[in-house]
Amino acid sequence: MSVLIIIDAAEGSIKKSAFEALSYGADLAAQLGVTATGVALGKTEGDLSALGQYGVNKIVQVNGDQARSDDPSVLASLLTALVTREQATVVVFSHSLAGKAIAPLLSAKCKAGLVTGAVGLPTTENGFVVKRSVFSGKAFAHVRIDSALKLISINPNSYKINTGGSAATVESVLLTAAAPRITITKKQKSSNELLLTEAETVVSAGRGMKGPENWGMIEELANVMGAATACSRPVADAHWRPHNEHVGQTGIAIAPTLYIAIGISGAIQHLAGVNRSKVIVVINKDPEAPFFKAADYGIVGDAFEVVPAFTAAVKKLKGV
Amino acid sequence: MKILVCISKTPDTTAKIAFTDNNTKFDTAGVQWIINPYDEWYALVRAIEIKESKPDTVLHLATVGVADADPIIRKALALGGDEAFRINLDGADSFQVAFQLAQLIAKGGYDLILTGKETIDFNGSSLGGLIAGINDLPYISLATKLDIADAKAIVTREIEGGEEVCEVNFPVVVSAQKGMAEARIPNMRGIMAARTKPLTVVEPVTQEPLTSVTAFELPPAKAGVKLIAPDQVEELVRLLNQEAKVL
Ligand SMILES: Cc1cc2nc3c(=O)[nH]c(=O)nc-3n(C[C@H](O)[C@H](O)[C@H](O)COP(=O)(O)OP(=O)(O)OC[C@H]3O[C@@H](n4cnc5c(N)ncnc54)[C@H](O)[C@@H]3O)c2cc1C
Repeated sequence: MSVLIIIDAAEGSIKKSAFEALSYGADLAAQLGVTATGVALGKTEGDLSALGQYGVNKIVQVNGDQARSDDPSVLASLLTALVTREQATVVVFSHSLAGKAIAPLLSAKCKAGLVTGAVGLPTTENGFVVKRSVFSGKAFAHVRIDSALKLISINPNSYKINTGGSAATVESVLLTAAAPRITITKKQKSSNELLLTEAETVVSAGRGMKGPENWGMIEELANVMGAATACSRPVADAHWRPHNEHVGQTGIAIAPTLYIAIGISGAIQHLAGVNRSKVIVVINKDPEAPFFKAADYGIVGDAFEVVPAFTAAVKKLKGV
Repeated sequence: MKILVCISKTPDTTAKIAFTDNNTKFDTAGVQWIINPYDEWYALVRAIEIKESKPDTVLHLATVGVADADPIIRKALALGGDEAFRINLDGADSFQVAFQLAQLIAKGGYDLILTGKETIDFNGSSLGGLIAGINDLPYISLATKLDIADAKAIVTREIEGGEEVCEVNFPVVVSAQKGMAEARIPNMRGIMAARTKPLTVVEPVTQEPLTSVTAFELPPAKAGVKLIAPDQVEELVRLLNQEAKVL
């Protein structure tokens, strides 16, 4: 019996969310007393046995063109075969773009209960119960999975990454599935920027910045901090910033270690997407801005003065 | 061309999140209900735009819910669509809900099935994929653009750090997100017309849910903000570095 962990490897490189999933799956397998098996679909960069450091025993590398398919149905049917082959009782995904596409398809094919957006390991005293985020981060739900096979996709930045495990054994398999039905005609990479959902630090700005021409100082602060940039909805709606920076209840939900909100009022819909951040810093000239109620640290002041000083202070700390 | 848009009822974004019955049920007292924003702003509006450009398009709406979902589906009909179906079930999990919709879809012969990216209450992001998996249809998730050409769907979807354009034959299930369309406000004519559009109540088929919520929990309250004077930014950086240890 085993816990399978699907390794999220967009374009071949294995990302932080996969390390979290591997650590989660390894800890869960230890808890259940079964094997922890990572699953690499298609070509991945680097030495797969090194993924043992996150605590997994074994890596199954699925070879063949189909394992690189752009059609999530093809990947789900490969995984269906793998579930049987590896006698899996639990499959762990990252709640990433790929996970969101594949996990529900696998759930339907195997009639396996799926909990998305999990934030912690299951408890098994009263059935198999997983804690997940609901109401856009405003609450948690404990969800029991009643099917024999259980699927979990974990939220980015929600599980501690293990270290120090020994090398995993690597096994190659060739599996086949039905032909893809989706054809890709064009790929556009916006850039190799840091992924917003994976970023440890996020610098976010709102309408208080007055206009897109003032974002230079926001980008500079983000740069010195190694942070990703985000924005409030009206900023994206006005096309001051791209849509993929819009965080909140109707944008992207994030949970960085540090979230810095500049010139954002802190409307309930904005907070919903960012309130799982570990530490929140708010810079706003209005002391009554609702964001201060959700913040850990705050400065009541003009962003146009505070932000450059902030950048200078971080540079000084980092000695750059 | 026949399109089905799946509509969900969700609490308004400003609704107070609280629980009753020993934290096992969402407290609906005083809650205003809305059409799930992703379903309305993106899936439904894009479907209406397609119908506007190709008037012979048949546009149906469907929801799984009990009678209290009727005002929501009428609201959606006020924006557009020819008729609606309500599958009469208080769905317990996404699988049970998807299973109901999948039966309706199999019978209805739809070419294009649209859902929102996720609901803003349960944030499952799984309904479209479940429907596609149950009916063995292709699935394109998190689409930011959708066009119809030569009896094919041309869909742009989000990928890590970018976008890609996909082509797929009908029938297909697509989940919609920001970028696909702009929110609309229903006009008086639409509201009047919605009153007389057919809303058929369909009895559910038997399918047990695969998961159940055992309890809800609210996050712990923040300890309170520590304010730093605007001319003391270095102190803020020191606190982030030494006290919070996040810098
Ligand atoms: C259904 C629905 C869904 C929504 N979803 C989202 C969502 O997902 N994400 C989201 O962000 N919003 C969302 N909203 C919008 C939300 O209600 C707010 O309108 C929005 O978040 C406000 O953006 P803002 O804080 O940038 O702008 P404002 O509310 O205009 O706030 C600007 C802030 O900047 C401050 N400021 C001005 N000048 C300065 C200065 N020089 N220095 C420092 N501070 C300054 C002001 O004091 C003010 O607090 C949603 C709304 C609805 C109805």
